[in-house]
Amino acid sequence: MEFPLLIRRCLRHGTNRWLPVVLLSIGLGACEQGPVEPADSASPLRVRLMTGQQYANAISEIFGADISDSVLPPLPPLARTDGLLASGATFVGVTSDQIQQIQQAAASIAAKVVDERHRDYLIPCTPITEDEPDAACAARFLRETGRLLYRRPVDETTIARLTTIADEAAEQTGDFHAGLAIALEAMLISPEFVFIVDASEPDPAAPDKERLDAYSLASRLSFFLWNSPPDDALLSAAESGELHTEEGLARAVDRLLASSRLEQGMRAFFDDMMAFDEFDSLAKDPMVYPMVTGATLADAREQTLLTVIDHLLTRREDYRDLFVTRDTFMSMSLGAVYGVPTEHGWVAYEFPEDSPRRGLLTQMSFLAAHSHAVRSSPTLRGKALRELFLCQKVPPPPPNVDFSALEDAGDVPTARERLDVHNTNPACAGCHLITDPMGLSLENFDGAGRYRATENGAALDITGELDGMFYDDVAGLTAAMREHPKLPYCLVNRLYAYGTGGPVSLRYDRDILDYLVDVFGVHEYRLPELLREIATSQAFVSVRPAEATSMVNASAAAAASTE
Amino acid sequence: MGKLNRRRFLKGTLNGGVVTVALPFLDCFLDDGGTALASGAPIPMRFGTWSWGLGMSEAIFVPKKTGAGFDLPTEIESLAPVQQHINLYTNFHVFKDAAPNLCHHSGWVLLRSGIAPMTPENRPGETIDVTVARKIGNATRFRSLSATATGDVRDSFSYENGNSVNAPEWSPLRFYQRLFGPDFQDPNADEFTPDPRVLVRKSSLSVVKDEAKALDKELGVEDRQRLDQYFTGLRDLERRFDLQLTKPEPREACAMPLKPDDPPAGLDADLVAVRHRMMTDLMLMAIACDQTRVFNIFYASAFSATIKPGYDKPHHTATHEEAVDEELHCQPNVSWFTRRAMEEWAYYVAALANFREGDGTLLDNSLIYATTDQSFAKLHSIEGIPMFTAGTAGGQVKTGLHIDGAGSPGTRLGYTAMKLMGLDIPQWGDKSNTTAEEIGEILV
Repeated sequence: MEFPLLIRRCLRHGTNRWLPVVLLSIGLGACEQGPVEPADSASPLRVRLMTGQQYANAISEIFGADISDSVLPPLPPLARTDGLLASGATFVGVTSDQIQQIQQAAASIAAKVVDERHRDYLIPCTPITEDEPDAACAARFLRETGRLLYRRPVDETTIARLTTIADEAAEQTGDFHAGLAIALEAMLISPEFVFIVDASEPDPAAPDKERLDAYSLASRLSFFLWNSPPDDALLSAAESGELHTEEGLARAVDRLLASSRLEQGMRAFFDDMMAFDEFDSLAKDPMVYPMVTGATLADAREQTLLTVIDHLLTRREDYRDLFVTRDTFMSMSLGAVYGVPTEHGWVAYEFPEDSPRRGLLTQMSFLAAHSHAVRSSPTLRGKALRELFLCQKVPPPPPNVDFSALEDAGDVPTARERLDVHNTNPACAGCHLITDPMGLSLENFDGAGRYRATENGAALDITGELDGMFYDDVAGLTAAMREHPKLPYCLVNRLYAYGTGGPVSLRYDRDILDYLVDVFGVHEYRLPELLREIATSQAFVSVRPAEATSMVNASAAAAASTE
Repeated sequence: MGKLNRRRFLKGTLNGGVVTVALPFLDCFLDDGGTALASGAPIPMRFGTWSWGLGMSEAIFVPKKTGAGFDLPTEIESLAPVQQHINLYTNFHVFKDAAPNLCHHSGWVLLRSGIAPMTPENRPGETIDVTVARKIGNATRFRSLSATATGDVRDSFSYENGNSVNAPEWSPLRFYQRLFGPDFQDPNADEFTPDPRVLVRKSSLSVVKDEAKALDKELGVEDRQRLDQYFTGLRDLERRFDLQLTKPEPREACAMPLKPDDPPAGLDADLVAVRHRMMTDLMLMAIACDQTRVFNIFYASAFSATIKPGYDKPHHTATHEEAVDEELHCQPNVSWFTRRAMEEWAYYVAALANFREGDGTLLDNSLIYATTDQSFAKLHSIEGIPMFTAGTAGGQVKTGLHIDGAGSPGTRLGYTAMKLMGLDIPQWGDKSNTTAEEIGEILV
């Protein structure tokens, strides 16, 4: 449901239960009773390295998909940090070896941009002659392209210096375009391009506070929602000052949310949150799972992304229902795993009502990625369920763990009996009780995600418990998951970290996260509304000073006094 | 794009006047000793690392005899063909001191950096290959190269600092393209025409470096360090541009290999072996063509998930869940994985030893340092963590020896290796791992 701006802003302060009241009483103060953003909410300035996908998207959107596709993004792999690879980008450094690769990619891209196939539409002017420098044309290209690459206008001194480089290279090579390519290469290896650097300025509305400058805000918005750099319109909104007005920001965010690029952005987010990078090196033992090829696993990843995007963006449904929905998409290779006849290509598919398949936990992507190559693993599945979707941390096993009981378990038919050893050993039980009960409830699915009624001829006991919610079967587990209070909290946590460019701070961000969780509830757990709330929040634009220990208390006190 | 030729290059160079064509004679050339190639050029010194996962089964891995002519227990019997080229080091310790014993992490980090990590994410200091590359890696197109047999870009034991891992090449095809793609300068080509664009490229770096400096001013300490690192990388890039303007020395052992096809993804031990051999062969040609003098090969990760077809536990799981067979003195399946690793180590050493170069082989002027993450993985033990070397580092090292470390720090081997590579360091390692004592038994 779309609400006019005024009502939406009011909704932020009300709850859906009070909607009729809100509609009747706007202006009477009724909407002030709902969640209120903490008065001092703010986020830190960050320096992020572009991710490989962001680099590819930037090249694609500035120069075209064919040029982007011809180059592997030359950026290092990221360390998953507090659940997200994207948060690792705030800490990762670039080695000398990597810079050499960035330069090689830059040379390759620049050569293509100026070649005869591309120059007519990528270079906005024609040189006076092909074999000599043309400073005016070079400067124009570098100014216009530089603004998109650096995500802000490039200062004229730099343009002049790069133009001189282009001229000298044109002189050396006797080729205007070859010269221009060298100057473009320099831009493509500049830290201004490969790093996303937040910059701040004093906030005119609050003299003692800082806010993101308009270009940094534009980058933060577009990388958050599109996983790509700001387009011309967004940079223009930054340039005009529009982004720093409430209406201007709302307009820009609505445009980003309405764009088809939102899907690209949210695919990147959920791919990251669900740790789908595992699929880059995932494989199954072909002797045990002959029907699972690399193509099958790629389809499993895609199936879940299609389900997520369809459910959250196309149908705008409740996030929590993703864990119980029977709606998905099917491909030929997946049909073999799911035991479902299907057609070529991707087709929408609804599992029958009595099927044990319901929601993300019962899709092959989750079941296969969190198993061994040769067998299922209730422990890995339970751990992933908690860490990926509930933002809970499962401790690693102690180094001196004694596995002798496990070895003595002998030939037992099912994982429940094998893992039971853990639960009788106090040293193991502490952690395994956190993971195994819910993992065991998924034992009807083997290491590739295929359904099995029994294991080694023995019936499977799939009863279990999730944080105090007891259930009898998979449907019970998925229902318990849907109702878990941490489920919406975790999405909010990850989205906020993703949007603001680094892990949340439990010290500083507790209030803003609580507020956003409340707001998510007000919006009936619809993703686009949550994205809008985050993108237009004060926290998104206000800058928290690097050493802001005292501010937290001030913030809490201010929030309390507002309430 | 216009054709470049020598006349236009010289014209441009003279007209441009932005930089001089000082063909660099870098200091590091002077570090390189060794015998000469047929052309009279010296063979450079080289340093490599190799790694395998999850240690050993001590009872069937550690030879009874020390010194020369040591016995080969069953777990390492595949090393027989290369025994004369390697040394095996046992009964050396790494010390975690006050740091926790981080499963599958403390061991490799200590042997590569000399420092005990404090958390599973922590990578203290820098790894030995990075230190050595700073000394001997400046005269080649790549300061160092890393490749993994696992197909996983995250698998690396090489880092510049905690946040900066040297990502390995994980696809043989991609590795080939990086080595022998359009930027490859064949050292044996008759013609050498420096690319005139390289000069301008180099001068354009001054603009980029100024941008890095300008950004630097506005940042906090940690971000400034990252920008400083970027700046250092740009300076290194300048040096590589200089090299592109220099006619490379002919390398008679250098020949363009055929373009490989990538094997499928997966960690089936046979598949890992195929990938390991493809990566080894490409790396060796990169060395023979003098594209790098420092190289890392990664056979299996610390949490090795290599699988044995038909056996239901991957390597790491097996180390914890398989019982020790008292008669065989090992966990039989775990030992199967270790034996496969040793077969690949033997392949790697043999490949170097059989690669003819001048009047010797690639191994002659190399030192390879091979390490793992645990001694007995079942208990996450790091005491007595085994190590190997291969090669004589230009005749400086005796080989064919089994050295008993008598409980002394394992960091002694890394320290010895760095001294052999010409580093002037008084000591290496942190706290109890600090050492200033080389392993004298192996020195000529």
